[in-house]
Amino acid sequence: MHAPLIFDIKRYAINDGPGIRLAIYFKGCSLRCVWCHNPESIVPQAQKLYTAARCIGCGECVKVCSRQALEMTAEGIRTDSERCTLCGDCARICPTRAMEMSGEGKSIDELLTIIEREQHLFDQSGGGVTVSGGEPLLYPDYLFELFDRCGERRIHRALDTAGHVPEENLLAAAQRTDLFLFDLKLIDPVRHQQLTGITNRLILSNLRTLCTSGAQIKIRIPLIKGINTSNEDLQAFAETISALPGEKKDVALLPYHAIATHKYRKLGTSYQAEKLQSPEQADLDRALDCFIRHGLNASVGG
Amino acid sequence: MNPTSATAAPPGMNSRIQRLRKLSVDTEPSLSIERALHETAFYRENYGKYSIPVLRALNFYDHCSKKTIYLGDDELIVGERGPRPKAVPTFPELTCHSVEDFHVLNTRDQQRYTISQEDIDVYAREVIPYWQGKTIRERIFGHVPGHWRDMYEAGLFTEFMEQRAPGHTALDGQIYRKGMLDFKNQINSEIERLDFLNDSEATDRLEELKAMEISCDAVILFAERHADLAEQLAATEKNPQRVAELKTIASVCRRVPAHAPQTFHEAIQMYWFVHLGTITELNGWDAMNPGHFDQHLAPFYMTETKDGGLTRDQAKELLCCFWIKVNNQPAPPKVGITARESGTYNDFTNINIGGIDKDGKDGVSEVSYIMLEVIEELHILQPGSSVHISARTPDRFLHAACRVIRQGHGYPSLFNPDVYVVELLRQGKSLRDAREGGCSGCIEVGAFGKEAFVLTGYLNVPKILEITLNNGVDPLTGKQVGLTSGGPSTFADYNELYAAFVKQLDYVVDTKIRVSNYIDRMFAKYAPAPFLSVVIEDCISKGRDYYDSGPRYNTNYIQCTGLGTVTDSLATLKKHVFEDATFTMERVLDAITKNFEGEEFLRQTIINRTPFFGNDDDYADDIAIRVYNDLLAAIDGKPNTKGESFHLNMLSTTCHIYFGKTLGATPNGRLAFKSISDGTSPSHGADTHGPSAVIRSLTKFDHTLSGGTLLNQRFLPSLIKRDEDIKKLGQLVRSYFTLGGHHIQFNIVDTDTLKAAQEHPEEYKDLLVRMAGYSDYFNDMNADLQQEVIERTENESF
Repeated sequence: MHAPLIFDIKRYAINDGPGIRLAIYFKGCSLRCVWCHNPESIVPQAQKLYTAARCIGCGECVKVCSRQALEMTAEGIRTDSERCTLCGDCARICPTRAMEMSGEGKSIDELLTIIEREQHLFDQSGGGVTVSGGEPLLYPDYLFELFDRCGERRIHRALDTAGHVPEENLLAAAQRTDLFLFDLKLIDPVRHQQLTGITNRLILSNLRTLCTSGAQIKIRIPLIKGINTSNEDLQAFAETISALPGEKKDVALLPYHAIATHKYRKLGTSYQAEKLQSPEQADLDRALDCFIRHGLNASVGG
Repeated sequence: MNPTSATAAPPGMNSRIQRLRKLSVDTEPSLSIERALHETAFYRENYGKYSIPVLRALNFYDHCSKKTIYLGDDELIVGERGPRPKAVPTFPELTCHSVEDFHVLNTRDQQRYTISQEDIDVYAREVIPYWQGKTIRERIFGHVPGHWRDMYEAGLFTEFMEQRAPGHTALDGQIYRKGMLDFKNQINSEIERLDFLNDSEATDRLEELKAMEISCDAVILFAERHADLAEQLAATEKNPQRVAELKTIASVCRRVPAHAPQTFHEAIQMYWFVHLGTITELNGWDAMNPGHFDQHLAPFYMTETKDGGLTRDQAKELLCCFWIKVNNQPAPPKVGITARESGTYNDFTNINIGGIDKDGKDGVSEVSYIMLEVIEELHILQPGSSVHISARTPDRFLHAACRVIRQGHGYPSLFNPDVYVVELLRQGKSLRDAREGGCSGCIEVGAFGKEAFVLTGYLNVPKILEITLNNGVDPLTGKQVGLTSGGPSTFADYNELYAAFVKQLDYVVDTKIRVSNYIDRMFAKYAPAPFLSVVIEDCISKGRDYYDSGPRYNTNYIQCTGLGTVTDSLATLKKHVFEDATFTMERVLDAITKNFEGEEFLRQTIINRTPFFGNDDDYADDIAIRVYNDLLAAIDGKPNTKGESFHLNMLSTTCHIYFGKTLGATPNGRLAFKSISDGTSPSHGADTHGPSAVIRSLTKFDHTLSGGTLLNQRFLPSLIKRDEDIKKLGQLVRSYFTLGGHHIQFNIVDTDTLKAAQEHPEEYKDLLVRMAGYSDYFNDMNADLQQEVIERTENESF
């Protein structure tokens, strides 16, 4: 079974589906959104993160590295990526977790042990598990087994997907998913290609198919000023969503925050979207208004 | 506890309340020597003429007959402990402040109490000489054994009763059904029934009952003097509305406390006179509490609003007047170690709201909702308020409380009657008495109106580990304060270390209890509280004082502080020294001695690579369970002087700060003199897995075996932004309570906290900034992003 690496598990997640939830993040994504706020979610392999703010300059990582890939500089530790084999020795010795490995393999049993710790809170709040990423549907077998076993325990399952996966995977997921959090970035296919690396043809057709299957779906739109907040873009979102088959879909608007910037630094890469802006209240109001005019139930957050 | 000091009155409050609130908030606490002068003159004249209880009652009567009566503009609820708002009397019979004490109180930066030089001079001339050597405090310190004093000075424990009387009293509903004249009838029939032929204690009972009767008269007189003043003021008042108000005040004060109240207004005033009586007679710790005040007032409210005699707004205005009255009574100033451990104006009157009634039914009424509005709008330091959420409490009330919590004042705190009723039953209360019980002061439980539940002092549990690691020696002074239980080099494994810790724990607890028992008898014999005894059930029928096992139940508590710090320290030694051998014991001890100077690698490894309490990690949580159970074994069930026993609770109030100052660096990476963990909360920043992990860790030990636990949970505003988040907060609370939690309090993170996190990142490792699909630790963000989060927090919008 093709199993993902997991880069985060968040307890008391309150913005990712009904009730109080446990959110599990799979590593690896089929999109390359320029604004991506979880850059460690993009590639499926383990990565090393370095947080300069935590580094106390003890130099233990430099000493422990058998490949001599690390060097102490005035700005902190520099990793020579040619030499680094991602063995993780530096992360293990680091006293402050300034050096960390992102992405850890976990068996389904291990995940269930963690999930069951939250069972009481799920029961109390009508919450459950949300799997996010990355793109969880890149790991259908693993995901389906996890969801099947959650289903046996009557745990609510939400799946956060960008929808750029084979249609049959999505439909198979619908058999064992209580709620889809379906991300839409843009309706215009050309700009979608420019800003996410792929066209949205498959995404939109998958969304329509999923709607026909009767699945519960909530559409999530990251709102980024200058990217998808023009009246034309909003109009296109609203028209596309209101034309979907089945019940009217709820829409959640997720305002973009520049807070991800430093995560790129941790990865040692730069953020192409550093100049992007959060939408202002007026943009959010305009967006809400547009969706509501199309008879859609829209809200900010979650 | 989150002391608040906002001066801006929120909108929605009427102008009367705005003025009263402003006066209360703006007036600086001061000292009044009036009570001390009356008392000293009275004692000079009368000491030796009467039995002690009668002397105390006559002294109280004398003061009530002479003390300055204050009736301010705008007031509807009347009466002050001192001659004016925020003026605090002294109690020289317990602790006689020296001239130097007054100068310190008058000039210190925090918790200042002003006093004029003239008053200090009068005090020095009239009061101090008389009390020299006679105060309870001097007599206690004259008695205590040397090793008790060494432990006390080392900060192993505190002693509540060294300068204040035993307190933590809350009332039941009796005083709304009976007036002082009814109590007097009851007292007199008990006097008639005394059997001097067969009862060897009949004489003592007679003296106590006579004292109770005198104190009833004292409080009636006190009220009558307010009625007189109100009538005088009405005669010269020009404003017809105020004239009418003054006449109402006069008639209310003629009715209560002599008779049972008949109206909502009288019911509040009844309680207030009783409250003032008890805190004037003596200065019991944690003032006085009305208990389930909403439940007591609800019948009056229902009847009168139905009859049209009272509107909701009028009821709210009267409650606001009452709230401000409580705020007008700062805690009596403390000195010495007690001032260091409890440096606050807060006297911890705690209004219990909601919960269940004596029959186990839902206790929420419209009055409960009005009280929540009062709390939210007034936003003053006192009284504290707690919201009681049983399985029977409707969600509507829980959500209303959560919306007040969202304001970020740190209150109301939330309590779980379904657990504390079991705590009280386990201690031997009847079901009905347990259900009428609740929490007074901070988190400690008692059977309201029927129990003396005396807090004897805090126990510095991490300090006990510190002396264990030093073979009984306090490393800060080099003094042998504990047993010689063997130095750290003699511990072959973790269990041997732990066994030595338990041995020291038992020794410290027993030392404390011996002195507590002595002090209990001092108060029983020399400082009885006959007025308090009137209003606590069974004191009259037993003819015994509140301090002398008069109440139906009599509990002594020791409050254990620092569970998180001691658990994390033990986990560090267990894992890094005994199991993984990451570091040797010598190296860890050496690092502690140096306050980790030059040992940042070791310290950070400990902080980041040790399972700490509060993360739902059984490694640490199992240690916490074991410590908790051993604290219970050391304390629970030890006999007190009243035929009952000691119990533990896990309260810290502000003492974790003082205890931190007496403690060197600890194995968990905590630096010397930093505060230890509060209550049963995880150490600051140690809980990095969110609130659901915290509540799981906290409910692995059995709260019903205690007299209260305390969980402070830090919460970012982003977690309670939307209405649905309020519901989720409510669900978290419900979840904690169904798992068996006793108390939880949310400190909504404000910008000050975030700024502090920038300064001391390791104490704020748990600050997680979350958004949909994204989260990160505040500490990991660079300064610009942190600044952005701070700005968003100010606007309550991230």
